[in-house]
Amino acid sequence: MNMELSRRTFLKTTGAGLAGTTLGAFGFSEAEAAVAADVKPFHLVNTTEARNTCTYCSVACGIIIYSKGDLRKGEKADIVHIEGDADHPTNRGTLCPKGAALRDIVKSPTRLTQPMIRKAGSNTFEAISWDAALDKIARAMKDDRDANFVATNSDGVTVNRWLTTGFLAASATTNETAFATYKVVRSTGILAFDNQARV
Amino acid sequence: MTNAWTDIKNTDLVVIMGGNAAEAHPCGFKWVTEAKANRGAKLIVVDPRYNRSASVADFYAPIRQGSDIVFLMALINHCISHDKVQWDYVKPFTNASFVVREGYGYQDGLFTGYDEEKRDYNRDSWEYEIGPDGYAVVDETLQNPRCVWNLLKQHVAIYTPEMVERVCGTPKDAFLKVAEMVAECSTPTKTMTSMYALGWTQHSKGAQNIRGMAMLQLILGNIGVRGGGMNALRGHSNIQGLTDLGLMSNLIPGYLNIPTQKEPDFTTYMSTRAFKPLRPNQTSYWQNYRKFFVSFMKSMYGPAATKENDWAYSYLPKLDVASYDVLRVFDMMKQGKVNLYFCQGFNPLQAFPDKGKLAAGLAKLKMLVIMDPLETETARFWEDHGTFNKVSPADIKTEVIQLPTTCFAEDEGSLVNSGRWLQWHWPGGSPPGEAKTDIWIMAQIHLRLKELYKKEGGAFPDPIVNLNWSYKDPGEPTPEELAKEMNGSVLVDVFDPADPTKKILEAGKQLSGFGQMRDDGTTAGGCWIFSGCWTEAGNMMARRDNSDPGDAGMFLKWSFSWPANRRVLYNRASCDLDGKPWDPSRKLIEWDGAKWTGYDVPDIAPTAKPRDVGPFIMNPEGTSRLWVRKMMRDGPFPVHYEPFESPVANVIAPKIRGNPVARVFKDDWKSFADIGDPNFPYAGTSYRLTEHFHYWTKNNHVNSVLQPEQFVEISEELAKEKGIALGGWVRVWSKRGELYAKAVVTKRIKPMTIDGKTVHIVGVPIHWGFVGSARKGFPANTLTPFVGDANIETPEFKAFMVNIEPSTGPVVA
Repeated sequence: MNMELSRRTFLKTTGAGLAGTTLGAFGFSEAEAAVAADVKPFHLVNTTEARNTCTYCSVACGIIIYSKGDLRKGEKADIVHIEGDADHPTNRGTLCPKGAALRDIVKSPTRLTQPMIRKAGSNTFEAISWDAALDKIARAMKDDRDANFVATNSDGVTVNRWLTTGFLAASATTNETAFATYKVVRSTGILAFDNQARV
Repeated sequence: MTNAWTDIKNTDLVVIMGGNAAEAHPCGFKWVTEAKANRGAKLIVVDPRYNRSASVADFYAPIRQGSDIVFLMALINHCISHDKVQWDYVKPFTNASFVVREGYGYQDGLFTGYDEEKRDYNRDSWEYEIGPDGYAVVDETLQNPRCVWNLLKQHVAIYTPEMVERVCGTPKDAFLKVAEMVAECSTPTKTMTSMYALGWTQHSKGAQNIRGMAMLQLILGNIGVRGGGMNALRGHSNIQGLTDLGLMSNLIPGYLNIPTQKEPDFTTYMSTRAFKPLRPNQTSYWQNYRKFFVSFMKSMYGPAATKENDWAYSYLPKLDVASYDVLRVFDMMKQGKVNLYFCQGFNPLQAFPDKGKLAAGLAKLKMLVIMDPLETETARFWEDHGTFNKVSPADIKTEVIQLPTTCFAEDEGSLVNSGRWLQWHWPGGSPPGEAKTDIWIMAQIHLRLKELYKKEGGAFPDPIVNLNWSYKDPGEPTPEELAKEMNGSVLVDVFDPADPTKKILEAGKQLSGFGQMRDDGTTAGGCWIFSGCWTEAGNMMARRDNSDPGDAGMFLKWSFSWPANRRVLYNRASCDLDGKPWDPSRKLIEWDGAKWTGYDVPDIAPTAKPRDVGPFIMNPEGTSRLWVRKMMRDGPFPVHYEPFESPVANVIAPKIRGNPVARVFKDDWKSFADIGDPNFPYAGTSYRLTEHFHYWTKNNHVNSVLQPEQFVEISEELAKEKGIALGGWVRVWSKRGELYAKAVVTKRIKPMTIDGKTVHIVGVPIHWGFVGSARKGFPANTLTPFVGDANIETPEFKAFMVNIEPSTGPVVA
């Protein structure tokens, strides 16, 4: 759906042309045309759009993300602007003080950009590669599970549970992420499994 | 939410109690404004503070935090004693006429079967009387003294307007004004909606707060109708989805249960899940439980789940306690019983009660794995931030691995909003640096673990090595693949038993809905309630047709709503017994003589005749429940219990401390202030501000500028008494911890008189910590007690006791 030329894109691309003809029709002088030429072009010209949902509360306001570069063409895309989606039935284009500042959470200087490790007793994080981090995690899980897995309880009933490792799941990830997470976590026998709904 | 945000425009009266929608859900609150402007709807706000919602309310009533049940039961008492009851709804559509078994009783705050030692009930007496025909006994005349209606009348009699004034601190005339406005909605053509949030859930009796309002809504005939309902305003963008998908200790997606060790085999497990109807002709839809369970197991374990191995039932872990919820796990952690812990987009050091206890637990882990787009306090719990996080890193041996993830703007998939709409979204930007999707990370962990088990063997590798992971790229399943899997598909051709030449389901096709799920292994489906979200017709969650026939606020062609694209749950109850809408101007569906039609997907079989089948199809009664049998741990009716920390003893049951069945860990009793403890004389409560979202937006410069600095709110009277100046520093402390903040001295909070005693309220916004762009501060959970709701263990963040004094501010190291 977002692949199609939306009403907004249509207005945006035609907007610049309309402005030109209107200036001419009103008979602006050369001086005024020079001023007009000096006006910066509309900042969303030549951006791509993606329909998305605000990441904060569960009103789930529709938003449009404007980027330089097009992910669908395999390009890098840099988000330049986020605004409310006027077509969305719930928020009809409006956003609250948090939603209005969404771009700045995406671009926050405290976004994480590489895997890090803090070793026992250390007072700092240091970089680690993805492979090394994931291998370390898998090894730690395997060792802990093998050492502490409870196959049967004291009555001899098969219980197949693992209680010494826990997983706290998110609140703003997609359903698809949640389902993949569910499968991986549950398959290990983890019971200490919870999510933000608890609070 | 039973209804949708856009449906709030259809209401006549909005009651915001246990929430503050104008502050915390501003764009949803616009539908309240819409109802006020276009329908002349009224807004009532009941809250300890004159908050942002109250500032635009038609009527505001103050209430002491933790006393909501007194207020709600008194509203029910008012409606019953003034005959403000929608009888044509209550009699056929609730269990008012059901007769309760002999032996059930209630006295002095306790129901029959209480065991003080175990802090639990034997709930066997909390059941209906079953007649010789095997069905529950009913008395439609409501004369039987043991019918639910008469028990309810008796139960609420103690909750009078005078009791409200005494326990809640709400002036009697303010309560009566609310009661009159609410009672008007007992006519079939006037509707009230309840909008609530964590102001109700974050109590040791949170679930009963919500039940109290649900009962009132049933008495008024407001469930299932346009502009009515019980509307939980969920906090996070996909907290509804995470709950639906059962990412909890004791759940399987779609509100199925993880077995307990008392259910060693599948037959035993299913034996208590027959859901036999309790009245003739009733749907009792959970009778399909087995189909949903088997389809889930096929989705999890594919060919490894067979009829012969009971669909791999042994692969599921079996619980020995009710749940390993996060409070239990942090308690275990502190005892050194947890070695590894994963936090996916979650900041528990700020989000759960008693920060000191949480930090002590994290320090005992061998490894902590963080997956997050942002820096969090939890990831840096070992870092010394002076007074804001005083630790000695050298003493903390926990290894912490911090993995950078994408955020909403960089990923694709669906989120479930508060109104149960599954809305698909598309990525707009490239991830920063080396950040990866959570799906990729989980897949990588799974593949590595599987490889280790294949190579080395080890403890019960079967569920790991046999996990159904048949994605095109096992290293990164696509959102489309996962969504289709949740929807479910046909695994084997299925033929009509009556005509074996007729194929009714074709292998490889997506299911059209959960009605096609089967219990013989021929269908798979990860989450039955989501079925219909990605069918052969494509991705229904991505639909963007915002047409709204009849201006009903339903938007059936926008995204997909679970279950079955239904927008208002229980909508059969929007019509009378004969299937005619209570209010024709607010029609949802109606019986046309042959079938149910209308603006919403009917919540009943399309051809189920109106007088035969009751509207509450999930319940074996076919009705809703004013009395919940043995389904809640703390009683079939709500009872007022004081918070565990309270300024006064419980007026209605003086011997009972807190909720008598709420779980309290041994070491935590001594961390609670005594009732009426003079060292902690002020009633604290916590809440959000509109400029901030929990602990995330302090990573956002804009929001940090809007609300840069921590503050607490107190009344002018308390400020005067303690010599605290507007904008001056204060120290606030509980028995567990302390914080420093600026004082906002305000008329929005007033001292209350509770059982003859003056009680001051201290309001503590929650948003500060030691990470991010805002000024450093203290999270509210340095103060709050480590105890949860008796049924679902949501922590008691909304009511605790503190002290306060003027200060010179925190000593910055």
